Amino acid sequence: MKYAIVGSGVSGIAAIEAIRSVDRSGEVVMIGDDPHGFYSRPGLAYYLTGELHDKALYPRTSDEYRQMNFRYVKGRVKGVLREARVLELENQTSIAYDRLLIATGAQALPLEMPGANLEGVFKLDHMEDAKRILKRARRGKTAVVVGGGITALELVEGLLARGMNVHYLLRGDRYWSGVLDEHESKIVEARLQVEGVTLHHHAELIEVMGKKNRVIGARLLDGRTLKCDMVAYAIGIRPRLELAIQAGLAVDRGILVNEFMQTNDPHIFAAGDVAQVYDPAVGRSVLDSLWGPARQQGYAAGLNMAGKTTAYIKAPPFNVTRLAGLTTTIIGAVGGGHDEDLVGIARGDSETWRSLPDALVAQSGFDVNHLRLMVGEQRLLGAVVMGDQTLSYPLQKIVSERIDISSIREKLLAADARIGDVVVEFWAGLRN
Amino acid sequence: MAILGLFQHDVKKHAVLASGLVAPNPARCVQCGICTFNCPVGIDVRAHAWRGEPVIHNHCLTCGECVMRCPRGSLRFEKTDLFAKRKP
Repeated sequence: MKYAIVGSGVSGIAAIEAIRSVDRSGEVVMIGDDPHGFYSRPGLAYYLTGELHDKALYPRTSDEYRQMNFRYVKGRVKGVLREARVLELENQTSIAYDRLLIATGAQALPLEMPGANLEGVFKLDHMEDAKRILKRARRGKTAVVVGGGITALELVEGLLARGMNVHYLLRGDRYWSGVLDEHESKIVEARLQVEGVTLHHHAELIEVMGKKNRVIGARLLDGRTLKCDMVAYAIGIRPRLELAIQAGLAVDRGILVNEFMQTNDPHIFAAGDVAQVYDPAVGRSVLDSLWGPARQQGYAAGLNMAGKTTAYIKAPPFNVTRLAGLTTTIIGAVGGGHDEDLVGIARGDSETWRSLPDALVAQSGFDVNHLRLMVGEQRLLGAVVMGDQTLSYPLQKIVSERIDISSIREKLLAADARIGDVVVEFWAGLRN
Repeated sequence: MAILGLFQHDVKKHAVLASGLVAPNPARCVQCGICTFNCPVGIDVRAHAWRGEPVIHNHCLTCGECVMRCPRGSLRFEKTDLFAKRKP
């Protein structure tokens, strides 16, 4: 059996592990166009802040790759000949396959305005982007960051840690309004201000100003200009669909797959940020841009490619991130508001979070330790845990395993309820 | 006395750490490698997190560097019963 995997991210690596757990002798080839191969993309945030160096971001040694027994081809696939089951690469070579996995990930939506191509305008998709940002930050003094979600804050915090003055522009009246509630946005914003970030609400960038092809400033819709050496943006991502479209596969916003991660061509599978997967919780196919689901989808795809039929059941999306230094866990469906700073979803994001569940809200905590629960009729539909993470593990289990919470529902919704204590007590009861 | 008290506190803390091990929660981990990067004895903690296995390694000091530095709370101490007193 010949397996081909396009993409060198976590989905592809997980798929190879799965294939090898079933088929020790089949021929596996991975084709990747990221010059840095497999590394922790979410870890780029900590590379930007200086918490670790770039070499630490690679989880595997060359010995470990050898043990996985696959061939790595650095290059870009330009086409799939589905009838012949052949991949055509840009370097004019071709690779035959029996089973193909498309795990090409997603890429940043471009900034479309005058000056967007000037030297000093950055996105944060890959290792190369992070390296360029750091090189520029060493010489720069002031940065303007636009966009929303986790990546925009990673840029803000990374540049701040590198000693830059940072202006963060928000088009709306608060940060990440599609996922966080007003109180949570304000907690994050207050902490950013304490760290020294200059926040601008209702501020829309319309032009990056330049001189000799270099950034010298940012022009806003209200006529103001900000002097800066750098503009960094994270306004959303889009799945890299070009190959799937060329191959004539069924696509919507991502590549449509069934529960076996199989596309409408039974020989071709898709996983990770590029795949659009049915979510039983919301009753439609959604996009996630999360490391955990990407790994799980890749693994499920690999098993199915090797002939071990395994359904991927999408769990409530879950992510842990740091927002202005505050560890934050987001579980299930918690949002619903409109976010003016993002087009579609961002990295480390899930469309499911944005769906507003049919739920009542219970919350407690007014400073760094904040807890919000989306309380449905019989179960918890989502949770946001900021600061102290003691409850995040129990809540992840309670939401994902659809545990019946009828016995504590009244207590959670009572006025001035200490909902954290109620959850702790409930969890202790479950464990006993 | 104060110095002695401090010493006793450290002994107690060490006794607690010595009876525990570092356990990962793979769902929270994104393989950034801060744990491995900061391990003073060079254990690849990240590899344990990928496999979802506790760090059972004869060099592990249970010093807590990896637990403390993980930006996503993916690691925690878990008590082992290895040296627990047997019930009579």
